[in-house]
Order: sequence, then C-alpha cells, then structure tokens
Amino acid sequence: MQSLLQIRGLTLSFGAVVVAAGYDFDLHANERLAVIGANGAGKTTFINMVTGYIKPNAGTISFDGRDITKLNPREIVRLGVGRSFQLPQLFLEQTVRESIELSVVARSRRLSMFTPLAASASSKEVDHVLEVVGLTARAHELCSSLPEGHRKLLDVAMALVLQPKLLIMDEPTSGVAADEKHPLMATIMGALAERKVTSIFVEHDVDIVNKYATRVAAWISGRIAADGSPEKVMNDPEVRSVVLGH
Amino acid sequence: MAVRFTPWLIAIAALVLGILFPWLKTPLIIALSYGFAALGVSILIRAGQVSFGHAGFTCLAGYAAAAISRTWPATDALVLLLAGVLCGLVSGAVVGLFVARYRAIFFGMLNLALSMVLFAVLGKFYHITGGTDGLRLERPPLAGMALERAPFETALLAIVAVLVVVACWAIRRFYAAPMGQALIAIKTNEVRLEYLGLSARRVFWTGYVISATLCGFSGAMFALIQGLVTPEMGYWVRSGEFVFIAILGGAAHPVGAFIGALGFETLKLVASAVMTGIWQLVIGVVLLILIFVAPNGLSAILVRFERRTRTV
Repeated sequence: MQSLLQIRGLTLSFGAVVVAAGYDFDLHANERLAVIGANGAGKTTFINMVTGYIKPNAGTISFDGRDITKLNPREIVRLGVGRSFQLPQLFLEQTVRESIELSVVARSRRLSMFTPLAASASSKEVDHVLEVVGLTARAHELCSSLPEGHRKLLDVAMALVLQPKLLIMDEPTSGVAADEKHPLMATIMGALAERKVTSIFVEHDVDIVNKYATRVAAWISGRIAADGSPEKVMNDPEVRSVVLGH
Repeated sequence: MAVRFTPWLIAIAALVLGILFPWLKTPLIIALSYGFAALGVSILIRAGQVSFGHAGFTCLAGYAAAAISRTWPATDALVLLLAGVLCGLVSGAVVGLFVARYRAIFFGMLNLALSMVLFAVLGKFYHITGGTDGLRLERPPLAGMALERAPFETALLAIVAVLVVVACWAIRRFYAAPMGQALIAIKTNEVRLEYLGLSARRVFWTGYVISATLCGFSGAMFALIQGLVTPEMGYWVRSGEFVFIAILGGAAHPVGAFIGALGFETLKLVASAVMTGIWQLVIGVVLLILIFVAPNGLSAILVRFERRTRTV
C-alpha cells in the first residue's frame, strides 16, 4: 500500500542543534499517529517541515505521491494537509461564525469582493461544523473572547473545514484544563472519524495517547527512537527513561 | 440616527450648504475629495497597516488629469475624473506588487519614500511638470457643456455628493464580502490566512489597489476644483493629513472618512482664521483629545450608538 505521507532522509539542524537527524518515516491513510517526545526533540519542527513552514537541509517529503519538500504552506494546504497550532491561530477581531465562513470560502479559493461572506458560505455547512465542535452557542462571539479550550476547537475546526486528507495537530490539549482534555479530544476525534481524516497529533498526556492513537512515534534528539503500536512504544526502555521519565 | 443614512445626510447637507452659501462649494468639494483619499487610507488601516505615502497617488492622478487636459483641452471633466481613477488603479496595481510584501513601519515608510520620489521628480523636471509652480488647467467642459465657474462648481459638488453615497455603499459591501473579511484578517493573523490556502499578499494587494483607486479619484477631483496641480499634492504632510482624517473619522464604517474630512477641514478653516499662527497646534491638541475620547474615531461612536438602539 502506498503511504499517504512518505519522508526520506529528513535532515535539519539549527547550528549545532540537530532537530532532524536524517530519519525516514511513513504514514498510511486512516492512521491516528501520536507524536511524543521531550521539549526540543524536534516534534514541532517536524510539523513545520511537513507543512512547508521550514525547509529541511536535506531529504524529501512526499504527500499523496507528490513531492512537497519545496512547496510553501499555502500550496501544501491546497494539496490536502490541514494544520492546527499549539497556540491557536485565530482571527481575533472576527466572530467564531465569520472564521468558519471564511474557511469554507477559502476552500474554493475564490474570494468575492461584493457578495456578503454569510451568503458566500453554505449556512448549512457552517451550522454543522459549529455543532460538531460544540461552538454553536458562541458563534457570534469574537474569537478574542473565547477560553483556551474553545480556541483549540475553533483552530481545529478551521483546518477541518478545508476537507484535508491529513490533519496535523500540534498539542491540541495543551493549555486546556485537565478535566476538559478528554471531552476535547473526543470531540476532535469524532469529527475526524466522521470525515475519515488521517491525523497526526503531538501529545504529552499518556492517557490521551493510549486512548486515541492507533500508532505512536517517539522523537528523541531529532530522531525517531521508537515507532509502532501504543503498547510497544510506551514500553520501550529508551522511551520510558527519556520521554516518559520513568 | 442610523449610521447607514449618514452618507445620504452628508451628501444632502453638502449640496444644500453649497447652494445656500456659494463660497462654501470649493471647501466642501476639497473636503469631500480628501474624504475619498482618507477612505483609501482607512481600508488599509482595516488590515492594520498605515501608509504615509498615499498622497502620491492623488498627486499622480491630479497630474495625469492636468496633462490630458492641457494636451487635449476639449477633454470632458468626466473623462478627466475617469482618467484619474484609472491612474490610481494602474499605479496602485504596479506599486502594490512591491509594497504588499511589507508590513507595519516598513510598509508605512516605503510608501512615504515612493511618494517623496514622485514629489522630487515633479519638482525637478521643470520643462514637463512645471516644477514647483505646477501645472494649470483650464476649466474643461462637463458632460459636453462649457460651463461658467459657478455652475461648474455646483456640478462637481453634485458629482462628489452622489459618489460619497456610492463609495460608502460599495466599500461597506466590500468589507462584508470574503475579500474584505480576509483583508481584516491580515491585521490579526496572516499565518492562519496562509494555512487556509489563501495568499495574504494577494489579499493585501487587492486592498491596496482599491485604496489607490480611491486616491486617484480624489486627486483628479482636487485638480478640477483647484484648476492647478503642484508637487505639494504629493508631499508627505498631505499623506499625513489623510492618515489624520482616517483616524479622526475612524475605520469602523466607510462614512468615517468623510466625517473626518469635513471635521478636519472645518477645524483647519476655523483654527487658521481664529488662531492663524498656531492652527497646527489646535489640530494636534484635537488629535490628542480624540485618542482619549474616541480612540476608534467618530464613526465608531455612530456604530456603537446604532448597535445600542438596535438591542434596546
């Protein structure tokens, strides 16, 4: 089976700090991969390289059979890679509904200069998205007034609206209150399952990784130290000592 | 009073005042033509960017109108206005290719620099541009009729008044449309815009072209009412006045630019008559007070008032 995401010899260093030590990596359709690793292990840099924000020194990244190594974020998004951020990237002076509407319109890439935004996006679709991520009640609030959990959901929702084949989430539960983490992940994973989206998420919480991931990859100092089923990776001696601190 | 009726109010009040007090026609036309340029500046303020060089576009359009009128004296005033608009559009599209890459202070300063290059060129190429004396243009025919000064001014005032209403309506539609919303999003998050698959640079370029086009109309109208274009039209102080007007009126609603322009011209007229030597000081003090009382400009007060009356 051809992999959805294929990475070969990915190399990047910032001065003496190696953040990608020439690793190979394959992700298949319908996998839910959790990326774990200590701070500075190269997790976010991995995401930044896959989404075109940072270019690797060497190596290739292919998505859906196409070389995307040299493409910019915009082009990669258009090929079907969605992304949410550790710090949610929202349009703070616009409402939740406007943000979703703008994302729906962005999918067609045609921005009208005259037809109102609300009329350019299907209200049925916008309503559905708001319902799936549980933001219907806050639809008319400004994004700047949302609490962190809702910001994370909106951030994911805006990426999901683009109907990506692959959604990459950088720490979707960081900054969210402990008792809200599971409901948040359940909501996101429900939305992903509904759309059959393959996903990668960076996560520190072991419970969440065990519950939602079908596969785990552990980053240590710019290399993939362990890769496989959650039980296998979580019981790997190196992962246990370096990443999990046991 | 609904904010959407304010453009009509301004248009009607300008016409009535101009007809009742003919000496007011010229200052009213100048004020409202400044309003168009300030509206252009305020479109960019919606994207979080301030240009200190937009007078360059009004100046270029004014010179274009003057040059056409001097070469072909029978050219209609309406054609000259259209030429000004096209000049703004084309120059904005070309300059926009370069400046749309920059943001914040770099964007502001680059615009300023380009407008000052134009200012210097116009001042130095005496044989073509008339140097610092500028170019004079005879009163052109309007809609095929050769008019005396008084009816000519009345006709220009009517055109400006109608276009205030049209511009406010069109720009309001633009703000509500996806392109306008994407432009506003540049202010808060360009990264997200790119990760939606949209080109922030292209969105900003579009906004820039619209703003330069409005300045083009402003410059041609100014040239027609003054009958003279000088490099001063493009001096950075003039660009600063457009920014002042845009801030005074606020970017919350397009009509803010015209409210700001009328306020600014009235202030300037009164201050220079009463306190001739220190009128700039008066304007500076007003700006300071405004920052405390209405930081989002006069139109924001109207918008807020309307929201309140709607919810009650």
